[in-house]
Amino acid sequence: MDNNIIIETLPRFLSGALLTLEITSLSVILGFLLAIPLAIMRVSKSPFINIPAYCFNFYFRGTPLLVQLFLIYYGSGQFQSFLSDIGLWQFFREAYFCAILSLTLNTAAYSSEIFRGGILGVPFGELEAARACGMSGPLLYRRIIMPAALRIAWPAYTNEVVFLLQASSLVSIITLMDITGVARVVSARSFAFYELFITAGVLYLILVYGLIFVFKRIEKRITAHLSPDVMIR
Amino acid sequence: MAIAILLGLGAALCKLSKIKSLGILAETYTTVIRGIPELVLILLVYYGAPTLIQDTAAFFGLDIYVEIKPMIAGIFTIGFIYGAFATEVFRGAFLAVGKGQIEAAQACGMGPILVFRRILLPQMWRFAIPGLGNVWMVLIKATALISVIQLPELMRNTDIAARNTHKPFTCYFTASLLYLAITIFSLLFQQWAEKRANRGVRREA
Repeated sequence: MDNNIIIETLPRFLSGALLTLEITSLSVILGFLLAIPLAIMRVSKSPFINIPAYCFNFYFRGTPLLVQLFLIYYGSGQFQSFLSDIGLWQFFREAYFCAILSLTLNTAAYSSEIFRGGILGVPFGELEAARACGMSGPLLYRRIIMPAALRIAWPAYTNEVVFLLQASSLVSIITLMDITGVARVVSARSFAFYELFITAGVLYLILVYGLIFVFKRIEKRITAHLSPDVMIR
Repeated sequence: MAIAILLGLGAALCKLSKIKSLGILAETYTTVIRGIPELVLILLVYYGAPTLIQDTAAFFGLDIYVEIKPMIAGIFTIGFIYGAFATEVFRGAFLAVGKGQIEAAQACGMGPILVFRRILLPQMWRFAIPGLGNVWMVLIKATALISVIQLPELMRNTDIAARNTHKPFTCYFTASLLYLAITIFSLLFQQWAEKRANRGVRREA
């Protein structure tokens, strides 16, 4: 076991960890913003609203993230002239942009299904009460459904964010230097394979369990009014 | 998947067993595996394990050369990872089998192994199938990662095709449709299996 190489590459690992966190948090935020309208579309009774969202979710949940990543990063090259005509090529040329885009679309599909479950889980009596108070449409969603649905969906959403953090390791394949990327490049040069990959694994473990800790704290906060024995884990 | 199911069964029993050390062992296994991305583990096993073995051997004064084939590395890593996920599914399923069933079996004079084989195992499938179905779906998609260590599976072949034809979008899109087809078939199979496993259950009217 060569400890020196771990200490030497630690600064690079830390900058890799920063990139991992950056990509994950950006995709989580963007994915969240996309997932809410998708979830609302999914609970709609009109097939014209429901089916497009269903197809989107089915495609992104049914295919590997790696394929989606390659489809966007390499696949966009096939439309290079078209994309540069409309001025988007400079985005699709960047691995960073493609990574964010595919992770966002992927997590939006998964988390919209989670939120859909949350929305369906809101007790009907609460809806009736809100309607009786004269709330409708957007106000009903903003004040009653969304807060309650988020509370129900939070534990499952925690899982999804953890999966996304792990899935962000795939961006190392399209040349980005996140934790996995650093481990791959340095080990290919130094042949210290297991030392570096174990370090990478430990870093991910720290990030994942740190993230779970934070999300549990938030969960405690948003469900503080419920007694602990009501909470189902 | 077979490895994952066996490992999952074993680890779930460890977690439920009264022997503390076995429980801790299984707990560590699932915690560590579920906290590390698949890609890192695959690379660790494929590139890291041979050098680790060689270094340990050299430490004991042996000079050997070890190489792991991508196929073996892929199967074992995927099995190992999803064993951890299957563990949780099986644990829940075993706990879902009614306690009265086990007590009745013990009252009939069955030993622990017989109880497990005749009572627990057949009944817990009913609860485990939906969870296992999910694990299977995730597993299918995880196999795409093995292309990174050059195993010529669907994704790797698509890579080669994309490079030769210079039509990456068409190729990757076709690959994604193939994955979708596998997913649809698995869904149908899962529905059939669930129906079969539940055929002895009385429905409430």
